[in-house]
Amino acid sequence: MSEATLEISLTVNGEQVTKTVPVRQHLVDFLRNELGFTGSHLGCEHGVCGACSVRVDDAVVRGCLMLAVQADGAKVETVEGLNETGEIADLQKNFVERNAMQCGYCTPGMLITAAELLREPKPVSREEIREHLSGNFCRCTGYHAIVDAVETTINTRLEEG
Amino acid sequence: MKAPKFNYIRAESRQQALELLDQLGEDGRILAGGQSLMPTLNMRLSQPGTLIDINKVTDLSGITLEDGIVRIGAMTRHVEVANSPIIAENLPLIAEAMQHVAHHAVRNRGTIGGSIALADPAAEMPACVLALGATLVVESINGRREIAAEDYFKGLYETARAANELLVEILIPAEKSDNVSVFLELAQRHGDFAMAGLACVARVSNKTFEELRLVYFGSEDRPTLGAGAIAAVVGQTWSAECKEAAANALADDLDPMTNLQGSAAMKLHLQKVLTGRALDAAIERAEAV
Amino acid sequence: MNKETPLTLLDKPNSYVGRTLSRDAAKRAVAGRGRYTDDIMPARTLHAAFVRSPYGHAKILSIDVEAAKQQQGVALVMTGAELAEMCTGPWVGTLVCFDGMKSEPQHPMAIDRACWQGEPVVMVVATSRAEAEDAAELVTVEYEELPVVIDKETALDPGTPIIHPNLGDNLAFEKTIETGDVEKAVAEADIVIEDTFTFGRHTAVSLEPRALLAEYDPGTERLTIHTSSQCPHMIQAVFARTLGVPEHNVRIVAPDVGGSFGLKIHTFGDEIAATAAAIKLARPVKFIADRLESFATDIHARENRVKGRIAVTKEGIITSMDIDVRSGAGAYSQYPRTSVFEANQILNITGGPYAHENYRASTQVVYLNKVPTSQYRAVGHPIGNTVGESLVDQAAAACGIDPMEFRRRNVMRDDSYPRISAAGIEMRDLSHQQCLETLVDRMGYDALLEEQAEYRKKGIQRGIGIAAFIKGTAPGPAGYYGAGGAPISSQDSCTIKLEPSGGVICMVGVTDQGQGVDTVMGQIAAATLGIPMESVRVIEGDTDAVPYGGGTYASRATAIGGEATYQAAMMLRAEILEIAGVLLQAEPDTLDILDGHVVDKGDSASRISLAEIGRIGHFQVAELPNHIQHTLSATYRFRLKDALYIFTNGIQGAYVEVDTDTGFIKLLNHWVIEDCGRVINPQLADEQVRGGCVQGLGGALYEECVYDSAGQLQNATLADYLVPMAGEMPDIEVAHIQTHTGVSELGAKGVGESGTGAAPAVVMNAVNDAIRPFGGKVTAQPMSPETILKALGKV
Repeated sequence: MSEATLEISLTVNGEQVTKTVPVRQHLVDFLRNELGFTGSHLGCEHGVCGACSVRVDDAVVRGCLMLAVQADGAKVETVEGLNETGEIADLQKNFVERNAMQCGYCTPGMLITAAELLREPKPVSREEIREHLSGNFCRCTGYHAIVDAVETTINTRLEEG
Repeated sequence: MKAPKFNYIRAESRQQALELLDQLGEDGRILAGGQSLMPTLNMRLSQPGTLIDINKVTDLSGITLEDGIVRIGAMTRHVEVANSPIIAENLPLIAEAMQHVAHHAVRNRGTIGGSIALADPAAEMPACVLALGATLVVESINGRREIAAEDYFKGLYETARAANELLVEILIPAEKSDNVSVFLELAQRHGDFAMAGLACVARVSNKTFEELRLVYFGSEDRPTLGAGAIAAVVGQTWSAECKEAAANALADDLDPMTNLQGSAAMKLHLQKVLTGRALDAAIERAEAV
Repeated sequence: MNKETPLTLLDKPNSYVGRTLSRDAAKRAVAGRGRYTDDIMPARTLHAAFVRSPYGHAKILSIDVEAAKQQQGVALVMTGAELAEMCTGPWVGTLVCFDGMKSEPQHPMAIDRACWQGEPVVMVVATSRAEAEDAAELVTVEYEELPVVIDKETALDPGTPIIHPNLGDNLAFEKTIETGDVEKAVAEADIVIEDTFTFGRHTAVSLEPRALLAEYDPGTERLTIHTSSQCPHMIQAVFARTLGVPEHNVRIVAPDVGGSFGLKIHTFGDEIAATAAAIKLARPVKFIADRLESFATDIHARENRVKGRIAVTKEGIITSMDIDVRSGAGAYSQYPRTSVFEANQILNITGGPYAHENYRASTQVVYLNKVPTSQYRAVGHPIGNTVGESLVDQAAAACGIDPMEFRRRNVMRDDSYPRISAAGIEMRDLSHQQCLETLVDRMGYDALLEEQAEYRKKGIQRGIGIAAFIKGTAPGPAGYYGAGGAPISSQDSCTIKLEPSGGVICMVGVTDQGQGVDTVMGQIAAATLGIPMESVRVIEGDTDAVPYGGGTYASRATAIGGEATYQAAMMLRAEILEIAGVLLQAEPDTLDILDGHVVDKGDSASRISLAEIGRIGHFQVAELPNHIQHTLSATYRFRLKDALYIFTNGIQGAYVEVDTDTGFIKLLNHWVIEDCGRVINPQLADEQVRGGCVQGLGGALYEECVYDSAGQLQNATLADYLVPMAGEMPDIEVAHIQTHTGVSELGAKGVGESGTGAAPAVVMNAVNDAIRPFGGKVTAQPMSPETILKALGKV
């Protein structure tokens, strides 16, 4: 069988992209290898670790569980894009100040996942934050610092309205 | 861990998907939410000739309520089910179960139809549709067929859906206002597949179960109705003896599978525990109404 | 502080040392600008994939690679025999310091025989990883299955097959240490408790898997390898020697490393193979282990069975402890650090916090047809601590003494150091008593006991656990690696330079995997030199740049590398002050450096900036007299002199709830009080402890590499091998006692493994405390729901 390919057009971090890709290529391999957005990482490639989390049409998805060709026509955002727009600047700052990462490999996925809680911030307990992040594996921190950073960000946003 | 080569066709309509399914036979695989299929592709555990992507087929998703029946399109994503006021109001069992389905990112993409079509024995939705007496609607180029949930789940990942059929819709009678439902699941970590689980729908009057459905999952090769346990409870005033009778009857209802999560004996024990807890909770909820 | 330590530059008010500062690397990580090995993509890079043995043990009868070679995009297909021709010879994973140890020579890829499921057999190199995997599927290998050895208990029995007939049996190593007279102590004891403990196999599961990118320039014969490694110089030595490339022609760069935990101090055959392909093809070759091959090839650890016994007086004084350890290694002893270190550590540290004088510990390490085992975070400590602390709890219960009080009576006194432990190891500068009393306070121990009793009345079973521990950190050259014969440095160095701008470059052999080694070294250098943090740049992880060193393992980076940095900075400081003295016509000892300026000690008035010293020192040397030949750089190498380790100590507390109907455990609270000596950056130290704890909790509750009787790993996916996730883990309260080690001026000990070492022990003690009223007791980890239910007699 020869390699089947397909041309796709999509928006990645605000820029229009048109590329011909192998149909079997998953979204994160496309973002990393074809576009150089290496902020999304591969940790398991079977949908468990969350390191490859990206946003597709405003919803967080596992980038390894979606084919690049399925993103045709979609709006895709990676951590690089969120960094550029400043949408999560406070969350990023709190991650740094609280040292809510060590090796940093899980961090982009954690940020993108945690950002969901910030869209319409409402009071949440630490347990709820933990539940929300429960699909993102971090081997380094033990999660406590990550929960702290997310909690601080939500509380600050609530206080500042 | 890269997927093997395959062909890919994005179906533009339901009809096109059905035609492709028919033409390709065993060689074609439906790509719905992909949350179970994609891992097996990446691991090269499945090697389909052609993936038929139905994500762009718009008339396969949505939730409506008509004449006391909730219709859920097969491509409705878990997140939409979880956030649906129709589901919250009419199918509280499913709303409760949704909290146990994987994680946010997976719920954003995974679909209820995909879960039921795959029939993973530890998944929540198959148990719910069986407990709620749902009808599963499948279509092929030859037409439409309705299958009762009782007749749909045939074994480990085996269903009554033929290879050329597409699951298109799930029809679920709205829970009656005097019903209560309880969904319990034991998983070691949040969002994991169940070690043992139970979907319970009941009508309770004066601490007596007048109607009851108990569907067990996670321990069996398919969602399984606990007929003996139900019989031990229905018509009885709820009591410690009644609880014990239900637990005892369960030994004949279930035939748990030993797997990495534990032995058959442990799973039977857990299902007994969950039975008591679910029925306690049902009584409590009925009294709270 | 237990004893008076002379004040140093580091103790100045506003010193960077002892202060929480955030990491530069963190700022890159949150922007998605981390740069891990797989993020480096040179043009024309090829990708390696492997055909691996599907059997636990099999003879390789034939290999047919023709179809694979014809596949589109394939650049090379290489068998184990072909690879062996490029290598100087097989590895033997022994160290001479482990007397009598034996291991079969091991080739990077299997040649005639595969000895574990996952062992590499054929490498395929192609233009993409997907194409390499396509071609690998076309390789046909004919195997003849051989009997497997899976059970460590029967591995030495006469009827058991011998994995490597040349060795004569399946025994890798055996050892006994004995002090005092255990049998006499047992005979005279009021109470003797015996028990058997079992521990599942774990693996590290770093989120970034093993990763390597090898590039070879045939013109200069230079080999450059970017790899996710903790120990660049060791990798340089091993790869150079294995592939016959001069060591000085090999450059190892460890870019951002996505977690390591001991996994990345080892060498793996598939990585050698990919590097050989880069040499052969003169093109960049990348190998990134996918998650499935991570489970099947990354080192495993922790598979041990321990029989333990404790003897006590009725007053609750421990009089002896003895253990027998059966340790299950893999098919080969892992090169070059061996597979016996873990068992040896269990012998060293079990019962380590206590003052008894009679101890016997023996082990037999046996080969099994499983993935080779080796060092994984807190080597041996989770096992030794669990055994020791469970025995202590059981003894306390038998005596009718509160477990905290029992420990209070038995821990080594804080004023008793230096002393020799029951295992015969010198202990210095520890603080068991202070840690224990701090834990009592932090836990609110008495109130917690009352709360537990109240919950019991309501039918809710909560348990309180305590586990004291010691931790061997920063091993010295007198121990294993220096004396063992492997190319692993147990010393480390820092080269520090003043640039013309007044900025400082600090190059260290220790490496960062996210702990914040670079930040910590920067803090030490800046504090010592009296310059702003922004003026220091730390370089690590590049053998072309940094002085030779061991890298990061065994909680050594701050303890060893930190002292090297401190001393190098002191030397540079002396040079700077000497030049300043000449320029200012002042005695150097009347001068100080503050905020990047040389100042008078008396009034702190700025006399000359470091930038000016740098400018003159590098550009205007004619302004200096001829006898000043300073290079404005200094290198210091630090090693332990006599000590085996810098031991640390501490104590953990845990509060759990056990659902006695389902066997589910809920972790409610967790406390760690530990003594890592001088804390350089409190936040980074805390987070090492927290992360380490959760790694230990994962092992205690969930993690196990499960093999079936045919040697097939049953749960080699992240869906089936359960790691701890956010939803189930507790918040963890951490406090530090700071008893400076006397072996360095910096006074820092290691902190990276203290959480991991005792977390399994404390949570098991808490679970057992919860179920003790029901006669239940758990002695096996992971403590799955079924384990709990069985302990309670419910299944």
